[in-house]
Amino acid sequence: MKMNGSQMMCEALLREGVDAVFGIPGGAILPFYQTLPEFPKLRHILVRHEQGATHAADGYFRASGRVGVAIGTSGPGATNMLSGIACALTDSVPMVCITGQVARGAIGTDAFQETDTIGVSMPVVKHSYQIMHAVDVPRVVREAFYIARNGRPGPVLIDFPKDVQTEIGEFVWPEEPVFDTDYRPIMDAQTSDLRQAAQLIAQAQRPVILSGHGVILAGASDEVQQLAEKTQIPVITTLLGISGIRSSHPLNLGMPGMHGLASASIAINEADLLIAVGMRFDDRVTGRLSAFAPHAKVIHIDIDPAEISKNVKATVGIVGDAKRVLRQLMPLVTPASHGDWIATIERLKKNHPLYVPDEGDKLFPQHVIQAISDVTDGHAVLVTGVGQHQMWAAHHYNFKERGLFISSGGQGTMGYEVPAAMGAAVARPDKQVWSICGDGGFQMTMYELATCAENNIPAKYAIINNNNLGMVKQWQDIFYKQDYVATKYTKNPDFVKLADAFGILGLRCDSRSKLLDVVKKANAHPGPVLVDFVVESSENVYPMIPAGQSIAELMEDPRIKKANTSGSKGR
Amino acid sequence: MEADRVHTIVALLRDRPGVLNRVASVIRRRGFNISSLTVGNCETEGLSRMTFVVQGDDNIADQVTKQLRKLMDVVRIADISYESFISREMALIKVRANPATRGEIMQIVDIFRANIVDVSPEALVIEVTGDEDKVASLLGMVNHFGVCEVQRSGRLSMVRGMIGAGDSTAVVTRSPNGHIPEVAVEVDRSGG
Ligand SMILES: Cc1ncc(C[n+]2csc(CCOP(=O)(O)OP(=O)(O)O)c2C)c(N)n1
Ligand SMILES: [Mg+2]
Repeated sequence: MKMNGSQMMCEALLREGVDAVFGIPGGAILPFYQTLPEFPKLRHILVRHEQGATHAADGYFRASGRVGVAIGTSGPGATNMLSGIACALTDSVPMVCITGQVARGAIGTDAFQETDTIGVSMPVVKHSYQIMHAVDVPRVVREAFYIARNGRPGPVLIDFPKDVQTEIGEFVWPEEPVFDTDYRPIMDAQTSDLRQAAQLIAQAQRPVILSGHGVILAGASDEVQQLAEKTQIPVITTLLGISGIRSSHPLNLGMPGMHGLASASIAINEADLLIAVGMRFDDRVTGRLSAFAPHAKVIHIDIDPAEISKNVKATVGIVGDAKRVLRQLMPLVTPASHGDWIATIERLKKNHPLYVPDEGDKLFPQHVIQAISDVTDGHAVLVTGVGQHQMWAAHHYNFKERGLFISSGGQGTMGYEVPAAMGAAVARPDKQVWSICGDGGFQMTMYELATCAENNIPAKYAIINNNNLGMVKQWQDIFYKQDYVATKYTKNPDFVKLADAFGILGLRCDSRSKLLDVVKKANAHPGPVLVDFVVESSENVYPMIPAGQSIAELMEDPRIKKANTSGSKGR
Repeated sequence: MEADRVHTIVALLRDRPGVLNRVASVIRRRGFNISSLTVGNCETEGLSRMTFVVQGDDNIADQVTKQLRKLMDVVRIADISYESFISREMALIKVRANPATRGEIMQIVDIFRANIVDVSPEALVIEVTGDEDKVASLLGMVNHFGVCEVQRSGRLSMVRGMIGAGDSTAVVTRSPNGHIPEVAVEVDRSGG
């Protein structure tokens, strides 16, 4: 069939199963935009900033497993997308970004709104294409989606020159998903490695599973849980691995590391075997590498060969898809009980609880998360920004379903919370979507409330308003003698009025007694809602292991009565 | 900390726009210093073979190799430093020469089995092929005549025998670190 490049793009996107795209038009992408009305099944959501489009596409994927698409024009449109692309790359989120480009003949002439998009995006994409002939559109789109989804997922950018958008050619849809690349990720483990891994598991006295984002991406939550249950091995989840296993599972130990639970960090320190699945030993998890898990052998399962032994040397490294590898491993492991170790873990959990302040009517951030958890019964999609509120969300939401926690982990991209929740809500109309926002991060991308209002995207935005850049302020508290340079807001906007201006429901809550009612009201509201939770601004996140330090420097909440610091005591 | 050493890495790349850029970008980002890089067509149309030489410990070399392997346009790549391989480099050296010194230079050139490829009243151009040591020794020998220009090709390397790590039909056989298991070396394209 004869089509122009833009029609081919729309047709190809539809064939890839795309139902919604996020973007903003501009000169160099206009022919494509003008074609959209011919493809009514392709819902376009007009965002307010291209960064918003990328985070929305990211949230769209994380909530649904369907690859998100972000679209922008050339030059500033493309450069605005970079933060969201980098965020997706680091967190292994598949995404397809389409950027307009000046006409082929003008490339390289410093034409109006010409940026070397391929060049500036190169370090933050998994792969990229510049389409030079309209007939290549179907193949490039097919490849782009294949590459974005397969192996270690990541963002793929397609640069689309303006005159290619109007060039006419024959639309040929490639039967094979991959036409011109030999990209074939390794999916299955080698038997010898599996046997060795099984042997290490059988020999271990104090094993733990470290379950990361890869488990969620591979849909391997069941397998992790089965392995844990069969062998009675506790599961520690990284930040992005949270909700890979339900919060209340008896074997779930929660998040380790810089702001992880003390019990999880101590368990790693005492473990004699780490079974790391789909995680990459980020420095926020490990702290100082030389002091990390000093007694442990390491089984590392990851789809990306480059992750094996990158930071922590693997005793056995297994490259493969987490789900398939665990399925292959399962029959080789023998049931175990690890009675002493489980007892130690239980003691650790008991001795190192999270502290939740209780000071009359004073509203603390932890209360807000707990209330949202209760009101949504642990079934909401929970999106967060970056900072203290992110850690409180990770600690205090009681996830009853898997894969509901959506957060910018590897980059820690402030501002993620507003558009990502929007994308999640578009992808999952069947789900309640709550976004836990920092007052700082919210102001980086709050313009997307207009998009929510315009499209009636019913995300619930909970601003944990501590009137400061809390996480940075916390570092100043601890490492800079409370010298608060550039972290205190002296004039935050009136967020309720702001909501009003955007045309969405705005609520405020500044006391614990009103909390539940406000959360319920917001939750019950059919459209988008913004709630300004004015919380105690001095609250800090504990536990904390300072950057580059080890478990020896673990700080627990000073308000907790000093309990055992080591689970091995009294064993 | 493991000791730094010279790593010779060979790769097969697709001839696509920007591929060298992508390779260079990964190397730069991972903090690797390239001491030489050579690229050109190979036996298969549409593919190029690249040799690059880097200094670093085994872990870093292993990381860079694996990170590069993740690029879609890198078809095959291997650190061949632990294999038995041949390396050659070519250099063009322009040396000042007058009737009095020309004879002596020609003798040196002969000893090194190099060639004189251009002669003019004040200078001559020597073409030398060999490993880096040979090129360096020749340079040392002609230095005092006055070297005006040197252009070195960078190292070209090939594993000895029928099947080598860079062979477009072979598979990578070895990873430099004992502790790295057989990851990604059995299959053509690995999956990061
Ligand atoms: C785009 C971006 N800029 C700066 C930072 C550094 N940073 C990390 S946390 C933080 C404070 C976040 O403040 P807020 O959103 O109010 O969250 P809080 O920590 O107060 O809960 C800052 C500035 C970042 N992560 N991202
Ligand atoms: Mg704040």
